[in-house]
Amino acid sequence: MATSARSPYSNWFYLPAAVIYGILFAVPTFASFFFSLTRWSIFDWKFIGFDNFVTFFREPALVKGLTNTLIYALVTSGLKVVLGLLLALLLTSQIAGRGYLRSVVFFPVLVSTIGVGLTFTVLMNPDQGLINDALGVLGIDGPGWLTDPQYALLSVALVDVWKGVGLATVIYIAGIVSIPAEYFEAARMDGAGAWDNFRRIVLPLARPATVTVIILSLIGGLRSFDLIWAMTRGGPGFTSDVIASVIYKQYQAGFYGLSTAGNVVLFLVVTAIVLPLSRFLNRKEVEL
Amino acid sequence: MTGRKNYLLSTLAVLLSGVVFLVPFAFIVLTAMKTRQDAAELRFSWPHQFQFVQNLVDVVQARDYMLIIAFINSTILTVASVTIMVVLAAMVAFVLQRRQSRWNGLITFLVLSGLIIPPAVVPTIWVLQRLGLFRTMPGLILVEVAFGMSFCVLLFRAFIATIPRELDEAAIIDGAGPLRLFFRVIFPLLRSVVVTAVVVQSVTVWNDFVNPLYFLPGDQNATVQLTLYNFSSQYNTQFNLLFTNILLITIPPLLMFLVFNRQIVAGMTAGAVKG
Amino acid sequence: MRFRSLPLALLAATTLALSACSAGSLGSSDDEGGKVELSFLVDNSDSSLKPVEQVAKDFSAKNPGITVKVETRPGGTEGDNIIKTRLSTGDMTDVFLYNSGSLFQAIAPQQNLVPLSDQPYAGQLDDNFKSTVTAGDQLYGVPLGGVTGGAVLYNKKVFADLGLKVPATWAEFMANNAKIKAAGVAPVIQTFGDTWTSQLFVLGDFHNVSAADPQFAANYTANKVKFASTPAAVAGFQHQQEVHDAGYLNKDFASAKLDDGLKQLAQGKGAQYPMLTFAVGGMVANFPESAKDVGLFALPGADAAKNGLTVWSPAGIYIPKSTEGAELEAAKKLLAYIASPDGCASQAAAYAPSGPFLVKGCTLPADVPQAIKDMQPYIDTPGKSSLALEFLSPVKGPSLEQITVEVGSGIRRAPAGAALYDEDVKKQAQQLGLEGW
Repeated sequence: MATSARSPYSNWFYLPAAVIYGILFAVPTFASFFFSLTRWSIFDWKFIGFDNFVTFFREPALVKGLTNTLIYALVTSGLKVVLGLLLALLLTSQIAGRGYLRSVVFFPVLVSTIGVGLTFTVLMNPDQGLINDALGVLGIDGPGWLTDPQYALLSVALVDVWKGVGLATVIYIAGIVSIPAEYFEAARMDGAGAWDNFRRIVLPLARPATVTVIILSLIGGLRSFDLIWAMTRGGPGFTSDVIASVIYKQYQAGFYGLSTAGNVVLFLVVTAIVLPLSRFLNRKEVEL
Repeated sequence: MTGRKNYLLSTLAVLLSGVVFLVPFAFIVLTAMKTRQDAAELRFSWPHQFQFVQNLVDVVQARDYMLIIAFINSTILTVASVTIMVVLAAMVAFVLQRRQSRWNGLITFLVLSGLIIPPAVVPTIWVLQRLGLFRTMPGLILVEVAFGMSFCVLLFRAFIATIPRELDEAAIIDGAGPLRLFFRVIFPLLRSVVVTAVVVQSVTVWNDFVNPLYFLPGDQNATVQLTLYNFSSQYNTQFNLLFTNILLITIPPLLMFLVFNRQIVAGMTAGAVKG
Repeated sequence: MRFRSLPLALLAATTLALSACSAGSLGSSDDEGGKVELSFLVDNSDSSLKPVEQVAKDFSAKNPGITVKVETRPGGTEGDNIIKTRLSTGDMTDVFLYNSGSLFQAIAPQQNLVPLSDQPYAGQLDDNFKSTVTAGDQLYGVPLGGVTGGAVLYNKKVFADLGLKVPATWAEFMANNAKIKAAGVAPVIQTFGDTWTSQLFVLGDFHNVSAADPQFAANYTANKVKFASTPAAVAGFQHQQEVHDAGYLNKDFASAKLDDGLKQLAQGKGAQYPMLTFAVGGMVANFPESAKDVGLFALPGADAAKNGLTVWSPAGIYIPKSTEGAELEAAKKLLAYIASPDGCASQAAAYAPSGPFLVKGCTLPADVPQAIKDMQPYIDTPGKSSLALEFLSPVKGPSLEQITVEVGSGIRRAPAGAALYDEDVKKQAQQLGLEGW
């Protein structure tokens, strides 16, 4: 492609977005990176070098938080990719009640995190929650979903999938829908079955959708915080803490410099995972 | 696939989705119909006595009709910020995908950064104050645009890749400039994904309570998520009113989705790109 | 097709956005000549909001030229951040409510608040309270409501049925628990669904700690004593572990919330609930009979003779430096009203007070709940009450509630919990730049 000024893809297109993003996001972010090197009480600051990072890595809950973050991200993004694709295939096939199903799957995305967190906290109540009542009917003694250290994190992860799978599904649907119908017609002429269609057409051509879902859900999972906060607050104790909730608690306690340092660490961790992955996934062009 | 199998699959899907997705909603609706004492039990049960209308009235009237103000504010915020966000992000994604240059790596990195880095509250307020936009609706709109753009760019870029370049070339030969090429040729083809982005980001902005809390403080500026605090405090919660409120503020995104859902389906039947 | 007219839609959206500056004012916030409108920020709990709304109403009735507009914020630490952010950006309401003690010190009072030492009511305030809203040598706030006790609320009916006496030592307390459990009632209520409620065994035990070692708070601030190495201080963590290990807790302690705990106590399903007394008002509102059925005793310690009540100083009402001119005059008037017998009566009418008032001439109404009445002897007897640690030392760790949940649910042992808390406070002390940390 020629990169002359007469290119039809004008660099001016970047400008409005760059201005807004630069002023309201990049500038404050750089300012906060500076504060990660200070002891900052919001009212005044004192330069202390890398002490915050040392303190952050000494945080007792950090190791737990790091493992939890990875578990949570893998579980949620894995399930969203697989379930999202399966649901999208189901909802783009010729089944009855398709419109209803599409709406229902997407409903949870529409409810605010606070609402979802509250509702599931109640449904997962160990003694009077609906889930354990239902299990009780089947003769199973359900665990304390959110109060037992063994289950708390996974319970939240499942709710996260419940809330987020609709979005993954819609992205996949949009991807599948934008596949030109000619391919399917040609495949039908060749007498290809559903499985062939899936493997030869849908999977390669919906690749951009797959990449998007993976990247978005992985970043979301690694940064995930609001649902965990709404449901367990990292509890019981520190057992379902993730990095983001450790940072948030420091922020709440007024350790602004320390929590910004934590954010820098989180940013580096997520970037170290996501950037190579995004490069790798975007490198392979679709071959037809 | 045979018809019968299909039918079985449908039935199964409908039943399963009912249990998994609708039961939690049923809980919200039932709780919204109960009296305060009854709701405080937090059981999944039929209300002892229905008081849905009373709850509605209470929620709407609470704190001097705060909910009405909040609805107006949130609507303005959502419509404006999502419109700006989607258009600007589509322009960025278009050039980013079509034009190979040294800067692409850096731009991609910046886009991802926008998704990864949590916003810095206090410095952002300083910037807004310097610009004279703190505590104003335009300020909050720009903040939402800045924070939401990355997601849209990522989404659009993936789909612009599926539009054949032959289309661009045909348009250029017809004498289209960059603007006309983008708005007349490319943007309409992105319809299904634009709808997706609009729906998702509208929901995000609508359900956002952290940013309004910090960048547009004050009761006269309330947005819908902040009204939840009217009925839920650290020490004491009126669950029936809280869930009525949740129900009410979920209605607009729901309506929007139902309208746009048709659009996505329409996109399907019309067939996508005629290469 | 919608997208055809996109540029138009964009234009419409932009104009809409620009005209939206005035959105949300449904025509009620216009300045009328000679009228002053004060904005007053409070947290959204009933125990703060109700008295403040009542005070605002009564004050405006007395001063027709001034209206008070009450705004709310979330409670807890989320609220702390909003307060700090708004103060640091010069964007605080004309008057605001915020904690006294260590949290008050963290908002840089000398930098951000209007001093009130010269106000006529300064001499009318309780000295203990004054110490919790003083920075440098200036007074900055007036109290909202009365003191709050951190103690054990107990169901008098259950105690009467089983013939139990109020315990003065931990041993007596545990002996009672055995009898209560045998009778099929949960002896001790815990509600980890609201994590902050788990801290009472530790925080409410502080009178017993300072009775054993009067210098504890000062040495603690100077980093000379630690929780884990002071037997009297570790006791709080140990007590919490003991009631859990003995199976004395309510079955749903891990998920129950404050409301559930109060309900179990009022209905006699649980016998004792370590709690702060501001919760009594809410309990009485839901269960009127609990006004006489629920009493209070201080958390028992090792020594009956030294046992006493730990009290929390009320939250303060402050004026930020950003309030100027007519608003400042009006704000000072409002504070003077709040710190007067009329103001106290106005607050008490709206919500049951959590304890005795700290303004001279203010008395509790005759119909206060029994649990609040039970505080009076402790407060009237010298040496039977002391302020909680957070009012005597600026050092308070942010993670105590998570630690006490772990100790109280058997996830972590008491000594390890105390040691972890010692580690936790270090960050706070360093943040404040204290000597010796």
